[in-house]
Amino acid sequence: MSRAIVRAGADRLLPWLLPVLALAAWEGLAQAGLISTRVLPKLSDVALAGVRLTGSGELFGHLQASFARAGAGFLIGGGLGFVLGLLNGIFPVAEKLLDSTVQMIRNVPHLAMIPLVILWFGIDEEAKLFLVALGVMFPIYLNTFHGIRTVDAGLIEMGRSYGLTHWQLLTEVILPGALPSILIGLRFALGIMWLTLIVAETISASSGIGYMAMNAREFLQTDVVVLGVLLYALLGKLADSVARLLERWSLGWHPAFQKP
Amino acid sequence: MTVLALHRPAPRPQHTYVPARPQGSDGVGVRIAGLTKGFGDHPVLRGIDLELAPGEFVAVVGRSGCGKSTLLRLLAGLDTSDGGTLRLDDGDVTGFAGRTRIMFQDSRLLPWKRVIDNVGLGLRGDWRPVAQEALRQVGLERRAGEWPAVLSGGQRQRVALARALVSHPGLLLLDEPLGALDALTRIEMQSLVEAVWRRQGFTAVLVTHDVAEAVTLADRVILVEEGRIALDVPVDLPRPRERSHPDFAALEGRILSHLLRREDADA
Ligand SMILES: Nc1ncnc2c1ncn2[C@@H]1O[C@H](COP(=O)(O)OP(=O)(O)O)[C@@H](O)[C@H]1O
Ligand SMILES: [Mg+2]
Repeated sequence: MSRAIVRAGADRLLPWLLPVLALAAWEGLAQAGLISTRVLPKLSDVALAGVRLTGSGELFGHLQASFARAGAGFLIGGGLGFVLGLLNGIFPVAEKLLDSTVQMIRNVPHLAMIPLVILWFGIDEEAKLFLVALGVMFPIYLNTFHGIRTVDAGLIEMGRSYGLTHWQLLTEVILPGALPSILIGLRFALGIMWLTLIVAETISASSGIGYMAMNAREFLQTDVVVLGVLLYALLGKLADSVARLLERWSLGWHPAFQKP
Repeated sequence: MTVLALHRPAPRPQHTYVPARPQGSDGVGVRIAGLTKGFGDHPVLRGIDLELAPGEFVAVVGRSGCGKSTLLRLLAGLDTSDGGTLRLDDGDVTGFAGRTRIMFQDSRLLPWKRVIDNVGLGLRGDWRPVAQEALRQVGLERRAGEWPAVLSGGQRQRVALARALVSHPGLLLLDEPLGALDALTRIEMQSLVEAVWRRQGFTAVLVTHDVAEAVTLADRVILVEEGRIALDVPVDLPRPRERSHPDFAALEGRILSHLLRREDADA
């Protein structure tokens, strides 16, 4: 009994062992003066910087700015990708008309558009939203399209012969059937979302985590720079966890997600 | 073992809703004349003439690829014919969502819906008690809340049967629904199908490659060959039928030899 508890505890703690050891080593080496603070500040200094910026409300402001951009860009790009995927997945005419165009645009790396985007929108919010939306759109589009196309045709035929309306067919057969694929697209898109935001905020911004880190660099505040990097890592992990949770919650029917 | 219990003359189920039509034998009659269907330049059905009386149970046998499924899909309105007529006596085959239901070898349950929600698919109003009752008829009332993925093949087919029965079909089309089941489950399912057919009185068309199954269940066995009906034999044996009965064996042998003779001729 107690052995089982110890075991379960060990299972949960084990993945954290290496990260904690690495952080301890970092702090230890920095304290001993073996690492120059110009290269890497002490972990405790980073934490202090975090506390300081939280206290002044600065950190929260930057977080808010980054979140707002990420969210808005994601909604716009993801929404467009989803609608396009839906259209092209369901109506062959739409696919004929749109798919090759979408594929062509997809082959342009969206970050390569930065100079052009700056010309178009300047360095305002629109530029960042545009980049995030563009990056997020394609994984959602591709996976929605693919998901819909691979829904078991037998199930659709069955649904029609059982008198489902077009709307019911869409919401009860096609979308749930495409959902595993759509969620994979979502996870990809979340990763791209943060990556694009980091790049966009680092290049030009007056708020946000990326701006905070770049600004601190000018004043040689390495602790704040590292804080920014850590925050990005944390946010990326958070987004991925949310996506996983969403998968678990919505794919309970899927054999791969059933508890043994 | 609920399945075997159903074999006894069961009391009429008491439904708490008003069915679309009065209960009882409300099977739909079918008239098929000169029905043809081909794929590309390959003719599959070359002129099928067939009449089904309301409430009749007809089995269709024939070699693989002779067009049994094609015929069933035409009856279900899933495909359109090239020529000939196909009439149900409550109207034309307008296709979907009439009083026709079809069951396939694969259960085609929606994996993302619980068993009960699969049974209630497409129903309106207060359908839960009705779906629950249909599950009871196939002996799965306790599995209502499960995902289809955790059921066995035979149980999934029983859920598919409940889903077909829940709307009181006038015509039930069965395309080798027991084809993938093991021998014991097959026999259980056969008596279940017979029991619900006797209780609900729908017209049934069962495609099967198992001649014994055809003789066990059907009022008439039809053999499709080269796109036409080559044999149409009534089965005048009392139900439930005993496979060991000499008349059963004689009839089974007659149909089988007809099937095999063709294979010899082709070889
Ligand atoms: N959708 C289709 N497209 C082309 N050929 C088909 C199609 N459906 C069936 N066929 C052909 O029609 C013939 C009869 O098929 P089917 O009705 O499925 O036979 P079975 O009697 O085994 O059920 C076969 O030769 C098959 O290859
Ligand atoms: Mg077939």
